[in-house]
Amino acid sequence: MESLSLCKPNLEEFAQTLLALASQNKDILVVTGDSRGSGKLVPFGKTLPAQIVEIGIAEQNLVGISAGLASAGKKVFTVAPACFLTSRSLEQIKNDVAYSDNPVKLIGISAGVSYGALGSTHHSIHDYAVLRAIHNIDIVSPADNFETRKVIEAAVDHPRPIYIRMGKKPMYDLHTPDTRFEVGKAIVLSEGSDVTFLATGEPLSRAVMAAHLLEQEGLSVGVISMHSLCPFDEAAILRAAQHTKVMVSVEEHSVHGGLGSLIASLLMQNGFCPRLKIIGIPDEYTVTGSQKEIFCHYGIIPEGLAETARQTLNAKEN
Amino acid sequence: MDYHELAYKSIQYRRTILRIIKQANAGHTGGSLSCIDILNVLYNHVLNVTPSSFDDPNRDRYIQSKGHSVEALYTVLADRGFFPQEDLENLGRFQSHLIGHPTRKVRGIEQNTGALGHGLSLAVGTALAAKIDSKTYRVYTLLGDGELTEGSNWEAAMAASHYKLDNLIVIVDRNTLQITGRTEDVMSLEPLEDKFRAFGFAIQHVGGHDLPALVKVFEQIPFKPGKPNLVLAHTVKGKGVSFIEDKAHWHHHVPTDEEYRTAQAELDQAERKWQAKHGIVEPL
Ligand SMILES: [Mg+2]
Repeated sequence: MESLSLCKPNLEEFAQTLLALASQNKDILVVTGDSRGSGKLVPFGKTLPAQIVEIGIAEQNLVGISAGLASAGKKVFTVAPACFLTSRSLEQIKNDVAYSDNPVKLIGISAGVSYGALGSTHHSIHDYAVLRAIHNIDIVSPADNFETRKVIEAAVDHPRPIYIRMGKKPMYDLHTPDTRFEVGKAIVLSEGSDVTFLATGEPLSRAVMAAHLLEQEGLSVGVISMHSLCPFDEAAILRAAQHTKVMVSVEEHSVHGGLGSLIASLLMQNGFCPRLKIIGIPDEYTVTGSQKEIFCHYGIIPEGLAETARQTLNAKEN
Repeated sequence: MDYHELAYKSIQYRRTILRIIKQANAGHTGGSLSCIDILNVLYNHVLNVTPSSFDDPNRDRYIQSKGHSVEALYTVLADRGFFPQEDLENLGRFQSHLIGHPTRKVRGIEQNTGALGHGLSLAVGTALAAKIDSKTYRVYTLLGDGELTEGSNWEAAMAASHYKLDNLIVIVDRNTLQITGRTEDVMSLEPLEDKFRAFGFAIQHVGGHDLPALVKVFEQIPFKPGKPNLVLAHTVKGKGVSFIEDKAHWHHHVPTDEEYRTAQAELDQAERKWQAKHGIVEPL
């Protein structure tokens, strides 16, 4: 496998894609809560000042106003740090967006533990869990610039509310430009009979690298991008479960209520009982440090993921 | 519509509110009777929206933030033909769309409300869309006074004046009661006018059961170009039935059989009084 090439942060890809789309469609609005800088939207604001609405630091109002704008036909991209967007304004997401069916596109920026040493107030490792329990909102975590571009393009006319979350760091390119992307459909990067990594969002690149390490040891390893947690591509997981010995889920989220929980529940209810490891942030006061250090501590790095897979594989054989 | 016709409707609306709450054995009696005259004037005189224009992007919008007073809204929407009158009988029934808070599954309803402190932000967003698109529709939202303690209202109030939304009309149903008791005992709201003025609103006071005054106040919109409008409607919770008026426990009390008969008898009397003045009319 050739080495991966490093590209832009997904946030930058998001901002550039949205600027290009909004230049052609005056109904596209960015609505933001004092986050145009961290959302990489300063060029958007300068180029299309009439298409950016500033709300200030008031997340409840941010989401409520977004719902009102969307109900009047605007294509609303609501941009705020994921940590505040999905907790401070959760009731507005539940009622004004999802329940009232106002198709707002909620963009959670600097998601997961992107804010690193700023600490738990700024981490969002609960967002999949809470949003999965709310009806009528789709959830997508793009892994690379390609998935980011594709989901933002798809979001413009997406008929339902959608939550898209992104981190701050430059991402590796994981897909070829001709890859098929659809909200709710997993992307199978490779198939393997020993181990399959199922990752959502930006940790996918670590899973790809872990697979590379294991392949060098002669193992057969698959990697699947589960960019959409809702709709959830159950068929892709059930297919993989039929031909792989070990499954490892990887997410920048609590191990409770996210990708791993969804996979475990799906497999059990369909009669599969594979060796499954759920890798994410455990239920504890999250270790302090940079995003990289946090990932390293919890084994969300290529070597850590490879070791988890190895141990799980060997555990059964002993 | 003449004032006396509006007055006749208010009597009939009160009858319907009590009837459907009694039948469903649940509902917000006090608040619905408090805001019904406002809804009467809005839907019969002010709002540029009809069942056939409900999908028109240029229609006026009404968003009821105090969603619990939904029996008043259903009553008026049914009377205006947004859905058949007989649907009112389904209030609260299994699998009925007519639940205890507004839902868009009922034609005529703009937003699903019920959690307090949401309507104003929704209304601000909708009014802002009109400004962005140079449309002329107006957005009306009805807030309870009890819900003004929700901080989200003040976030929204700030945004309304920041964006100079003179196409936004905020009506506060100021009946001075909430479920626990007097608003001023639960958490002081006064000086309420000063608060809204400081947030940049142009304000008019009105008697919330004075139909000619309500008509007149809405005719003056915008009160001041470039400023969001606040109609501070002074109301009586439970208005129209003597023993329900101004009593906190009638917030969601359902009349007993005896109370129901007495209440309808009071409304009979109000109707006879009206007829003595204006003559018999066909029932609505
Ligand atoms: Mg009240």
